Amino acid sequence: MATPEQPAAPAKKLNRIGLEPVVYRGSKTTLCAGCGHNAITERIIDSFYDLGIDPSQVIKLSGIGCSSKAPAYFLGSAHGFNSVHGRMPSVGTGAVVANRKMMAIGISGDGDTGAIGIGQFVHLMRRNLPIIYIIEDNGCYGLTKGQFSPTADLGSTLKTGVVNDLPPIDTCALAVELGASFVARSFSGDPKQLKAILKAAISHRGTCMIDVLSPCVTFNDHEGSTKSYSYVKDHEEPLGDISFVPFYEDINIEYDPGTTTAVTLHNGSKVLLTKIAEDYHPTDKMSALRLLHETAARGEYATGILYVEPDKQDFVELLGLVDEPLAFLDQARTRPGKAALDEIMESFR
Amino acid sequence: MSVTDAAVQEDVSRSPAERITNDFAIQVATVNGSGSQTANLVLLRSIFQMGVPVSGKNMFPSNIAGLPTWYTIRASAKGYIGRKKEVDFLVAMNPETAREDVLTLPPGAAAVYDEPLKLKELRNDVTFYPVPFDKLISAITHDAKLRRLVRNMIYDGVLARLLSIDMGQMEKALRKQLGKKEKAVVLNMGALKAGYDFAEANLTKQDPFVVEPMNKTTGMILIEGNAAAAIGCMMAGVTFVGWYPITPSSSLCESLIDYLKKYRRDPETGKATYAVIQAEDEIAALGMVIGAGWMGARAMTSTAGPGISLMSEFTGLGYYAEVPAVIFDVQRVGPSTGLPTRTAQQDVLSTAVLSHGDTKHPLLLPASVAECYSMAMDAFDLAERLQSPVFVLSDLDLGMNTWMAHPFDYPTKPHDRGKRLDEETLKRVGEFARYRDVDGDGIPYRTVPGDGMPAYFTRGSGHNEKAQYSERADDYANNLDRLAKKFETARTLVPRPEIEQHGRGGIGLIAYGTTHWAIVEARDQLKFEEGLETSYLRLRAYPFTTEVGEFIESCDRIYVVEQNRDGQMLSLLKMECTLEQFSKLRSIRHYVGLPIDGRSVTTDVLKQEGR
Repeated sequence: MATPEQPAAPAKKLNRIGLEPVVYRGSKTTLCAGCGHNAITERIIDSFYDLGIDPSQVIKLSGIGCSSKAPAYFLGSAHGFNSVHGRMPSVGTGAVVANRKMMAIGISGDGDTGAIGIGQFVHLMRRNLPIIYIIEDNGCYGLTKGQFSPTADLGSTLKTGVVNDLPPIDTCALAVELGASFVARSFSGDPKQLKAILKAAISHRGTCMIDVLSPCVTFNDHEGSTKSYSYVKDHEEPLGDISFVPFYEDINIEYDPGTTTAVTLHNGSKVLLTKIAEDYHPTDKMSALRLLHETAARGEYATGILYVEPDKQDFVELLGLVDEPLAFLDQARTRPGKAALDEIMESFR
Repeated sequence: MSVTDAAVQEDVSRSPAERITNDFAIQVATVNGSGSQTANLVLLRSIFQMGVPVSGKNMFPSNIAGLPTWYTIRASAKGYIGRKKEVDFLVAMNPETAREDVLTLPPGAAAVYDEPLKLKELRNDVTFYPVPFDKLISAITHDAKLRRLVRNMIYDGVLARLLSIDMGQMEKALRKQLGKKEKAVVLNMGALKAGYDFAEANLTKQDPFVVEPMNKTTGMILIEGNAAAAIGCMMAGVTFVGWYPITPSSSLCESLIDYLKKYRRDPETGKATYAVIQAEDEIAALGMVIGAGWMGARAMTSTAGPGISLMSEFTGLGYYAEVPAVIFDVQRVGPSTGLPTRTAQQDVLSTAVLSHGDTKHPLLLPASVAECYSMAMDAFDLAERLQSPVFVLSDLDLGMNTWMAHPFDYPTKPHDRGKRLDEETLKRVGEFARYRDVDGDGIPYRTVPGDGMPAYFTRGSGHNEKAQYSERADDYANNLDRLAKKFETARTLVPRPEIEQHGRGGIGLIAYGTTHWAIVEARDQLKFEEGLETSYLRLRAYPFTTEVGEFIESCDRIYVVEQNRDGQMLSLLKMECTLEQFSKLRSIRHYVGLPIDGRSVTTDVLKQEGR
């Protein structure tokens, strides 16, 4: 992460670290026009620009699929790794542990996460690895032309008329249950909410699992699909209006003490959530799970930050590593002296 | 069931007067989980301490308790440390296998057995020594659990007496084995002594086998290959380990964890200069290694055949994305349940070309614990130099059994971190192109996240030399050709074979890994028993260096000896041979799950030679 310091008054088109918006862009998208994933890409660009995160201090990771092409389209000056289908969590784990100074963002899809990658997803959540893990969730396999994914809703149909007869996996409920310390859901067509969630995630240390409903304009935006624009627009249940307070700006927010819950993030920054229910606490696991189950039962999506555990120890802290990135330790730090070898040899005599 | 594949060998009946000194194999047959490991290692170590070359081979079931297990200790004045399949001295403790264990002994052998098993009637060409273990142990302790634990120490005492093993060395070995647990030492010494005293009072030495002190192990150590490899990894400066438990490789990472905890903490902060993660499976283990290697860490994993299968896809990605990774494969017999605790060299072909697509990977082939140590360091240097996954193919025999070795030398060669772009290089080459062959050796310059150098986007095969997404035919073909060139560079960097040339023409032998120890013995047998001199090339790596072709040229016919069914190394050799070279290659294959032995090689060579 960038060094927290008070920025000088930025020039009009520079952010607080003096970078232009174009630095935060990547190569031209090759996804379909109107694809929800492109909107998510835009919000990522906005969020990193707004917060003045140095792209050279970020790594971008993905698995395989339409979603996983996305990292090429933002933060062009950051290193990226389009890895193996469903296995981005392991690559991310190795990468983040190897250099704890870098901020990691991983882009997955609903097939990449929920099907082939569910095993690695589970263990990533369990480890609470510091990474922003975004599922660009369209309920279908886009790149192989529209087959059902494990987040496709029961009873939804393919263009060909095939009906999905298995219930969906709720990746948010799973993430809450498994130990991710930041779990949110949003909608690619809701820029305000998505951006607020992303900014909160950037400031959180731990696994930030964000499921973003992102309708597939080509294969899954038709009547009968529960992940179409019209369906989602009609059935989305916003969890609260979120305003995010970055740690490097003065705290100056509008909020009504009677309707908001303040959550202090790991680095001292705060997320404010407007409660939709009197007793909803985003720091309470049971409330989060209840909300997810109740809204799902009504065929609705609860959106917003569903669960936050700001002080949970992340995986890198758990490992007790030296402060310098492991990747940059030189021979003097990593080859024990002759006395060590002599001692070991003596033990085998 | 019997562990021996020897059946009854050629008649080698000996007269009782004959003494066979420091040249025999002891086999202890017990039930898995009965605590025989301490007794066996004490026996091995005490012979070793007497200066006699030894090797110990544990043949154990895939089971925690209850199934038969055998431990073979070979003493060899000549220094042969490969397997000897003929058992000379049996200790029959397992009622389940005792009968067959005795029936498969060669004539002239001896057997100590648990008296109630009544084995004496089975053979009249074997010397029997009945020992009432339960009676002896009940005099030492009444605690049932302790009785079970130290019962096996009695046979050490009996053998000390029968084989003239120094009791002082036995005690020293026991103390080494048990550390500072004084109570356990006292109890075990009691059992040892009880065995010795019983034998002294009741057994008359009738077999020819004796141990006499020598000076052939002075200054040497006893170590398992996995521990040796772990030490090598630590000295290689490993900073990231991702692994998943699997026999027979688990003890590699487990030893490594112990060493890292002790020797790789920052002296000031006490914090770790390494990370070890037990992954959710082998796919994740290699995925983590690839992620860490991509970031610039020295990263490794360790596995066995089933893990190799699962690592296939990531290995291919590592090859195409050009990410360093070190993968230890401690080879064992085939997939799933059955013989995962038995040794083999069965992953040669699969690792050499692991993954879909056009891929080929460097393999290092350690034959000794010393090479487990040195090749661990070679592997990290090569992986970073070549920016590619590199495999170290050990096996169960090498990894989990106890081998003699000279203490390992402290490394003098600095870590080779490979071609990393820096300001100076950037100025020289003008522009960063991740996959451009700047130096003509097929190896491009790389940058890593956070190093302040230009970034790039990492993908599999579909990229141009600037790492941009490309599906162009020429981009793809150019990249494949460069990768092939890189493999030719690897050919000049990998460890070279060891060659013992006996003139030109005649018989050549090619082997690798633990097969080496059988070859050493077989060559002596061919020479001294048959007057057949042979040349020998021990492969230490793939791709093959130029010496291999020259060696094939220099011999009339070459036997490629290996521990798998289909001649996997032979196939790799054939892929690179000329037709003329190819016609010289013959094959000797051993695939019974037990280590190959010299006699089997000798017999097979003679058969194929028509002698």
